[in-house]
Amino acid sequence: MSETFTKPIPHPTPDTQPFWDGLARGEYLIQRCKECGKLRHYPRPVCDGCWSMAHEWVPASGRGTVHSWTVCHHPFHMGFKAQSPYILLTVDLAEGVRAQGQLRGLAAEALRLGLPVALGYEREGEGPVLPIFRPAEET
Amino acid sequence: MSLFERAAITGIGETAHGRGLQQGSALSLQMQASLAAIADAGLSPRDIDGVIPVATGAAVAEDFITNFGIPDLRFSATTPMGGASCVAAIQAAAAAVATGICRHVLLPIGRTGYSGTRIGARVHEMPQFRTIGEFELPLGNVAPAQIYAPMARRHMELYGTTSRQLAEIAVTTRRHAILNGNAAMTKPLSIEDHQNSRMIADPFRLFDCSLESDGGAAVVVSSAEAARDLRQPRVLVMGAAEGHPDSPSVITQRPDILRIGLAKAAPRAFAMAGVKPADIQVAEIYDCFTYVVLRQLEEIGFCQQGEGGAFVEGGALGIGGRLPVNTHGGLLSQAHLAGMNHIVELVRQLRGQGGAAQVEGATLGLVTGYGDMGDGSIAIMRRG
Repeated sequence: MSETFTKPIPHPTPDTQPFWDGLARGEYLIQRCKECGKLRHYPRPVCDGCWSMAHEWVPASGRGTVHSWTVCHHPFHMGFKAQSPYILLTVDLAEGVRAQGQLRGLAAEALRLGLPVALGYEREGEGPVLPIFRPAEET
Repeated sequence: MSLFERAAITGIGETAHGRGLQQGSALSLQMQASLAAIADAGLSPRDIDGVIPVATGAAVAEDFITNFGIPDLRFSATTPMGGASCVAAIQAAAAAVATGICRHVLLPIGRTGYSGTRIGARVHEMPQFRTIGEFELPLGNVAPAQIYAPMARRHMELYGTTSRQLAEIAVTTRRHAILNGNAAMTKPLSIEDHQNSRMIADPFRLFDCSLESDGGAAVVVSSAEAARDLRQPRVLVMGAAEGHPDSPSVITQRPDILRIGLAKAAPRAFAMAGVKPADIQVAEIYDCFTYVVLRQLEEIGFCQQGEGGAFVEGGALGIGGRLPVNTHGGLLSQAHLAGMNHIVELVRQLRGQGGAAQVEGATLGLVTGYGDMGDGSIAIMRRG
């Protein structure tokens, strides 16, 4: 990592590496149980429905709605000081699991529960590719 | 077999609370508080035969053997649930004394949360935070204020809960801290002060957040039988329970992000105690953030879900109010001792030793813990 990237970085394990590899190529991957088909997120070894450890990875559609949010004013880590305040969204993905990411392109005042948002990807400097959200295009 | 009235809190102790008092290491603070609690019970340090140190704290069971010369420690355990640990330890201690494993269990804590490493900055070092450490910390979800804020925001959006209602909790708690006399925060606080305080993680303003302070506190849990012969009025544990939310370590993935572990623990504790929320005369509610108090009041059943905002209005949580809460000043204004100070205060109230903050005639009350993303613990006690 470059010395200019000061944010915390993830430390993937063999259980979670495929998720980060997915983000790096622009895919938000969700684990699916190969036995019963149940989705689970964040990545972990065992399906809590049938206890199978066999799984595959499926890409999220990128569609979601706002479940909740916070506007982070106080930077608790120096790496986030320059961009504070920033908005952290909790999003219900269309697949039925949730994701978190910073919001781009919308002010906090415009947020409401259920607001449609679209998943995107962003990479800062030498840091990892991270999920972000933007207001969904009108359809 | 139930733990109903099989254990009693027999000793309580505290150091001075403050910020930067330079009164010693986290280890020496908990030794000081422990010696005070043991003396309060009328016991000798060598009578302690069980200890439940805080899992992430500065001391291990061996430190108490070494410092106190305990000849035969028969029971040691930890209850690693963050802010729910201390009250969860009451259940563990009660189980140990009820089954005869030991007679007197020490529950100690000491922290230099102000002078030493700040509590909020080190949560990601704990194994319970491994998942959000990997998947949310890189996004900017760093500290408990940010991690818990989406729960409060959703409560506000769903039920119309307001920041001024959260302020009621902060203001009442500050008033109690001033009555207590041994508190880190000593200046009166108004709703306007709260509303004008800087935003930390919306909707949490500075005065929605608990303190980081230096100090120690300890209690002794004894078998109900052994407690008969001790120095203080007995405070019996009528019911105790712990509960873990679904998706315990990651709020983001919780089926209902408002639901906390206390929703499972509280009904168990009330069933064991044979009382109901309306019987409770004083409640010491874990208050890492104002919203966390409001939500626990709902989950305990003092009001319906969504009605917490209205419930706390108009000074309802003050001494003389509908339900006196955090009569010592809590984590918001007295000291951040992970809720051990809440246990100390409940016992003080039920003994009638509450001083200027005494709730008149209080003989039945409860204390809760909340931590590690929403683990919950509760103990219901009575003087007896």
